[in-house]
Amino acid sequence: MNPEPSEPAEPSEAAGPDAAPAERGTPVGRRVFLGTLALGALGVVAAPPLQRGMEAFLGSAADKDPTGLTGLLPNGGGFRYYSVTSSVPHRNATNYRLTVDGLVDRPATYTLADLRALPQTRMVKDVQCVTGWRVPGTPFEGVRLSALLDAAGVRAEAGAIRFTCFDGAYTESLTLAQARRADVLVALRMQDKDLGHDHGGPVRLYVAPMYFYKSAKWLSGITVTEKVKPGYWEERGYDVDAWVGRSNGRDDEPTS
Amino acid sequence: MSLRAEAPPATTRIPRFTRAERWVHRTTALLMGVCVVTAAFLYIPEFAQLVGRRELVVRVHEWAGLALPVPVLAGLASRAFRADLRHLNRFGPHDRRWVGAAVRRDKRRQSRPAAKFNAGQKIYAAWIAGATLVMVGTGLLMWFTHLTPIMWRTSATFVHDWLALTIGVVLAGHIGMALGDPEARRGMRTGSVSREWARREHRLWRP
Repeated sequence: MNPEPSEPAEPSEAAGPDAAPAERGTPVGRRVFLGTLALGALGVVAAPPLQRGMEAFLGSAADKDPTGLTGLLPNGGGFRYYSVTSSVPHRNATNYRLTVDGLVDRPATYTLADLRALPQTRMVKDVQCVTGWRVPGTPFEGVRLSALLDAAGVRAEAGAIRFTCFDGAYTESLTLAQARRADVLVALRMQDKDLGHDHGGPVRLYVAPMYFYKSAKWLSGITVTEKVKPGYWEERGYDVDAWVGRSNGRDDEPTS
Repeated sequence: MSLRAEAPPATTRIPRFTRAERWVHRTTALLMGVCVVTAAFLYIPEFAQLVGRRELVVRVHEWAGLALPVPVLAGLASRAFRADLRHLNRFGPHDRRWVGAAVRRDKRRQSRPAAKFNAGQKIYAAWIAGATLVMVGTGLLMWFTHLTPIMWRTSATFVHDWLALTIGVVLAGHIGMALGDPEARRGMRTGSVSREWARREHRLWRP
C-alpha cells in the first residue's frame, strides 16, 4: 500500500530481503504497546510495596505543601467527598431533628441542642475507606449510640438498627450487638470542629471499627428493627458486616 | 486531473484520513473525554461536591471505559486504518533521527524527518493503546470486586489512579500539540491536508 520510505542514504536495517514493502522497519510500536501492558501488570503485582512507599512520601510532602496539590494525587491523604445524591439539603440547629423509633418503648425526637446536652465521648482513630484511602488519627466526638438506645428502651424482640439520612437516599444498618459497642457514636464533631455539611453534618454516624461507608452522613433516623436490612452500598455489593481488615476482600490494619 | 491543472500545487489538498478513520478518532476521543470528565467528578473533591450522584457517575465511567477500545476494534475492518496501524508500528532510521532530535530539543525541521506519522505520534499511539487496555483491565478488577482474590482490588486501584494521572498529562500534550497545528486538525476533521503542510511536516510521506 503506502510503504514507509526509508531514506535513500540509510538502508533499512531491520528489513530482510523477503520483507513486504509495508512491513519494513522495526516494530517499535508493538514493543511499546506490549511493554505498556507488561508494566501495567507488573504495577498491579508490585502495588502493595509501591503504595506504602508512595503514601509515606506523599504524607510527609503534604505536611510541607502549602498549595494543597498533593491532596489531589492518588493516596495523597485526606478525606474524599462521596455523595449518592445530586444535592443534599442543609440542616442546622434550628431545623435538624433526629428520630429514634421502631421496636422501642419510648420513641424520641432530638434537636441538635438535645444531643449536645447529653454526655459526649471523644475518640481518636484512623478512618479507612473501602476504596483504599485512610486518614490517620481523626478525632470524632458525640453521643454513644448505646446511650440513645438505652434511653428509648429497646424491646426484647429487636435485633438490628436501621439508619436513614436526610439526603433522602442513603441508608445503613448494624446489628444490635454492633450498635451497642462503645466505639459507635452519633457524632456531632470531627477533627475538633462541629461537623460541616460536606462531612455529613450536623450529625453523622461514626462506626469506628468498620469501613467508612457504615458511618452514614447526614443522619436523621434511627429505627430499631427485628433483622438487619442491607444499606445503600450493601445492596450494591459491599459487605454488611464491614469490619476493617476482615471484610470486602481487604486486609487493612484494623481501626478500632 | 482538471482540478490539479487549474489550482496551483501549493493549495491542492491531499487525502490523509478516510471517513472511517476519522470516525474511529472522533468516537474514541468522545469516549475518552467522558472517561476523563467522569473521573474528575469521582476523584476531585470540589467536582464531586458539585455533581454528587456517585452511583450514576460510576456507571457512566465504567461503560464509557469498557467501550473505549471498541472504535479501534471496529476500525480494523477498514483497509486504510489497518495500513495506518502498520505505519504507526514500524520504525525506520528516520524515526530514530526524529527521536534523537526530540531528546536534544532540536526543533529544526531537517533534523525531524517523518513519513505519514512522525516518531512521536507513533510512540504516543502505541502507548495510549497499551495504557487504555491497562485501564480497562484494572477498571474491571475494581468493578467486579467479588470475582478477584484479596488485595487485587487495592493494587488495581493503585495502578488505575496513577496511570489515570499519567494519561491526563499525556492527553493534555496530545491536545496541546493539535491546538498548535491547525492544518493537522483540519486533516483529522476533513480528511485532507495541504500539499505544502505535508511536505513541511511529513516530507518522507508518499501519499
